[in-house]
Amino acid sequence: MNLDMITIRRIVTHVEDIHHEFGPPAGTPLRRGAIAAVLTNPFAGRYVDEIVPMMDALQPVGIDMAQRLRAAMDVPVERIESYGKGAIVGAAGELEHGALWHVPGGYAMRELLGWKGDRNAYAQGKASAAPTGQPGNALAIVPSTKKVGGPGTALDVPLTHINAAYVRSHFDAMEVRVPGAPAADEIVFILVMSTGARVHARVGGLKAADIAQWNGLR
Amino acid sequence: MAAKIRKLIVEVDETRIEAGKTIAPPTRKALAMAVIENPYAGRYSDNLDELIAIGEELGGLLGDRCVQALGIAPGAAQSYGKAAIVGEAGELEHAAAILHPKLGAPLRKAVEKGAALVPSAKKRGGLGTAIDVPLGHKDAAFVRSHFDAMEARVSDAPRANEIVVAVVVTDSGRPLPRIGGLQASEIKGEDGLR
Repeated sequence: MNLDMITIRRIVTHVEDIHHEFGPPAGTPLRRGAIAAVLTNPFAGRYVDEIVPMMDALQPVGIDMAQRLRAAMDVPVERIESYGKGAIVGAAGELEHGALWHVPGGYAMRELLGWKGDRNAYAQGKASAAPTGQPGNALAIVPSTKKVGGPGTALDVPLTHINAAYVRSHFDAMEVRVPGAPAADEIVFILVMSTGARVHARVGGLKAADIAQWNGLR
Repeated sequence: MAAKIRKLIVEVDETRIEAGKTIAPPTRKALAMAVIENPYAGRYSDNLDELIAIGEELGGLLGDRCVQALGIAPGAAQSYGKAAIVGEAGELEHAAAILHPKLGAPLRKAVEKGAALVPSAKKRGGLGTAIDVPLGHKDAAFVRSHFDAMEARVSDAPRANEIVVAVVVTDSGRPLPRIGGLQASEIKGEDGLR
């Protein structure tokens, strides 16, 4: 693991309680949280073919960020119902650098929430964790967005249910941005989690209570 | 009348490296924002007492949230600031009613002491409008290392009939202060200035 690749300049956490959106106030407000870490991009300014070593180096960063986000949200892991991730790459980098976040960011959150699969198999592109057909936590893919942008660029990070990607009430997104970052030679890596459905969810579709296949989808 | 809060948001911004230099311990700024209904939206009212009362309520609530997010004892807070963004059906004076008459006292209680003026900014704006919340040392306004600002913004607020109220509390000054002036270690902290 090449830890020289990891230089964190700044960490920003954001937690919000949504009481209502001009409808009936929620008994328990929806809590959504985001964490953004601003890292130096070791590949800035040139084309580097072998960038995968940074994916390994990012693993402890992902674990630390997932734990910090959960702590900032101040709720037990059992209350986390949806998640998402994203990356904003500074101007001297390429979009592919943002893609390094898929494994270390996604699996850090999934493991925190009780997922039991094999992260290394995923990292190698061999999805060993076949659908279990059993209730479990964090079975669903972690949705993501990424872009190249300047300081203060906003990224809409998607959120979906942690156990079944088709749960309609939990389709959501959170706008995340860090004033002043990313500089040209930086990347902002982002994780988001929330405690539930949109505050006035009412457009039907699969409900969280009706998840039955436990395959990460339905 | 209590504030009708639609959203409550808390952010912490931690700087570990600035200009390539490690900042140990990191500088940290906490921002708490409430998105509230503007009781005077769409009409002119001479009396703004409801907003003055809301300011008092939010000074304590948002100040406490900042201190809590930093995980510090109230007395460890170093600088502060406040701001409001009024939706388009309101007027600038509504921000003034929240910020100036009564917000300060409970905020000072939340950060223990606070002899200095709480620097402020206000504007009218639409959804996602950003405001730079000015920051100054809480006990001596002339401490140069603590002049700073933090950008505050809510992506879906203020709606026309809403106001975004923001309070920032820090446990530190700028990451690499080196332009002289009054130092935090030199202050008396009695007159709020030096």
